[in-house]
Amino acid sequence: MPRRADRPALLQGNEACARGAVTAGVRFFAGYPITPSSEIAEILARLLPQVGGKFIQMEDEIASMAAVIGASLAGRKAMTATSGPGFSLKQENIGYAAMAEVPCVIVNVQRAGPSTGLPTSPAQGDVMQARWGTHGDHPVVVMCPSSVKETYDLVIECVNWSEVLRVPAVLLMDEVVAHMRENVILPRDDDVVIWDRPAPDLPPGHPDFLAYRPGPDDVPPMARFGDGYRYHVTGLHHDERGYPLHQGSKAEELVRRLHRKVERRRRELTKVEWTVGEHSGPALPEGLAEGRGRGAGRTVVVAYGAVARSAEEACRGLAAEGRDVALLRLVTLWPFPDEACRLAAGLAAGGGEILVVEMNLGQVAREVERAVGGRCPVRHYGRVDGELITPAEIAAEITGQRGS
Amino acid sequence: MVAPEDGSGRTDVLSYLRVDRFPHLWCPGCGHGIVLGALVRAIMRLELDPRRVVVVSGIGCAARAAGYLNFDGVHTTHGRAIAFASGIKLARPELEVIVITGDGDLAAIGGNHFVHACRRNMGITVVCFNNSIYGMTSGQYSPMTPYHAMATTAPYGHIERPFDLCALAAGCGATYVARGAAYFPARLADYIAGGLRHKGFAFIEAVTQCPTYFGRRNKMPRGVDLLRWQKERAVPVERAARMTPEELEGKFTVGVFRDAEELEYTEEYDRIIALAGYREGGESGCPAPGR
Ligand SMILES: Cc1ncc(C[n+]2csc(CCOP(=O)(O)OP(=O)(O)O)c2C)c(N)n1
Repeated sequence: MPRRADRPALLQGNEACARGAVTAGVRFFAGYPITPSSEIAEILARLLPQVGGKFIQMEDEIASMAAVIGASLAGRKAMTATSGPGFSLKQENIGYAAMAEVPCVIVNVQRAGPSTGLPTSPAQGDVMQARWGTHGDHPVVVMCPSSVKETYDLVIECVNWSEVLRVPAVLLMDEVVAHMRENVILPRDDDVVIWDRPAPDLPPGHPDFLAYRPGPDDVPPMARFGDGYRYHVTGLHHDERGYPLHQGSKAEELVRRLHRKVERRRRELTKVEWTVGEHSGPALPEGLAEGRGRGAGRTVVVAYGAVARSAEEACRGLAAEGRDVALLRLVTLWPFPDEACRLAAGLAAGGGEILVVEMNLGQVAREVERAVGGRCPVRHYGRVDGELITPAEIAAEITGQRGS
Repeated sequence: MVAPEDGSGRTDVLSYLRVDRFPHLWCPGCGHGIVLGALVRAIMRLELDPRRVVVVSGIGCAARAAGYLNFDGVHTTHGRAIAFASGIKLARPELEVIVITGDGDLAAIGGNHFVHACRRNMGITVVCFNNSIYGMTSGQYSPMTPYHAMATTAPYGHIERPFDLCALAAGCGATYVARGAAYFPARLADYIAGGLRHKGFAFIEAVTQCPTYFGRRNKMPRGVDLLRWQKERAVPVERAARMTPEELEGKFTVGVFRDAEELEYTEEYDRIIALAGYREGGESGCPAPGR
């Protein structure tokens, strides 16, 4: 049940994800079992009927994604959860949700791939799939928690953003965060901010109602099926009535609007956390930004998900020894935090470097390189053996004492 | 009769259609329009509230029907209509959810969703426009292409046997199963009405014709040739019961094969919700949209 008191609770990441979803107002879940995400489905099978919601285990991931979109059209906040192989299967319908602008949240607890890979081992190999997994230029929001508490918070953020932007949102977890248990204090339900999808301001049957006419924020208000609006939804390119169109110029207009509605909110959407010495927060500590361009000997580590936990420990340890290190933890992965990466480059410019640490072969490192545009060297340290990268490894990588 | 509120005050078949979407994309002689007409007549006969009807379709020529019907409609991805429909129905059981699908859409790419939906017995009505071929992609064989027929991907003749879709549905637990044909539109409307009235999962196969991509390649180039084929081969299920397998060779049966009362899925789920301790009026299960 949704809890109302702020007592500490020992929760697993997947459990926090399920509870956060219920708090966010998710009242429909369709899924297909897959390690390491199955607990989310199991917990929601129990929780959702308790709040009048619906749970269904479908015949596969394709069907789960379809059912989620259907439920969302019928007015429910809807979610699914899966892992690599299932995430691949969901892609066509994720693209459908992006095109038809149907809010939905997809949780992908990453495990080591490719293919069936190492089913119970962590990885971060789906960063690019989360962004570009479905065909065509489509918008998407992707967030990546590093702790159990943050999983709770970010699943709520994903639901909120998905609803107000009418865009699929992906919570990109990893096996470590999903299965680790931490003592967390959850906020009271009343303290959680919940956003709903924009509702049409014209009544059903009004001759001026156009199902896909965007508001000033580029998001069209969303009518619920069965309320009398009687409108058409398609994955084909469509006009403001929702009817298929075949005109290239109109198609381009639509694709650009779909991107614009997310880009407009980029500032609020892209969350990061800086750790420098004792300081930890969404912004750099006072004064540090002014020292830009004097980065000789400085390492700015960029990490996300479980790896950021190791990176934080490594950085704190080295800082205590007097080493000039900073950590940029990416919370939002897409839209990519270009701005924060440029700040990181400013810190490292003039003789320092950025070190991207991730459990893949460089999916975020290449994005960081793009964002910093040559302002400082960007180095990558990655592992794809299903083992979490340790603080000692990262420290050795920073100090250049690895493999000697 | 509930006027469909299109402002015209009309209550004929056309008033349920988005005539501003015409001309439709179906070829001359295509049977999809006949099947669509039968569906609309069934809806009219039952006086369903048009605001509560949701039409869900996959991809294909048949699937385009969703765009021509003046209801809430969702033209989904190829093969997945039943899965989308399951989400809609479970989210809001009070809606009348109708799936329009082609034979490829339903039985090839969507086969898995189909068999499981039959088993689940959720109150969805599925109408399969079976034209024996992939129409939209111009004539490749489908799981319903007859043995030895010609198709663009079977240039030497087809060597697979088709499904008996109704036997498949019944075998998988569908509680209402019927087959009609475009040649008998009034009876087809009866079967569809029966499916709409039915509480659980209803499957209606509508045998229809594709002169352009099936007929022309199989020596029945005109719509009427294929309609005659339907007329000559259709055998009512009652008569078929008295015929030998030899007599039934090359024929197909029409009629209602199954109409059984069994617990419907969303009603079962309501029981789960009660078991879980949820009380109406507590925390809202499905709030109306609002900022
Ligand atoms: C995933 C996917 N695969 C293939 C296609 C191409 N495609 C579109 S319609 C269709 C077949 C349609 O045949 P059927 O369902 O029998 O309907 P008909 O057009 O004959 O009415 C195919 C293969 C697609 N749109 N999506």
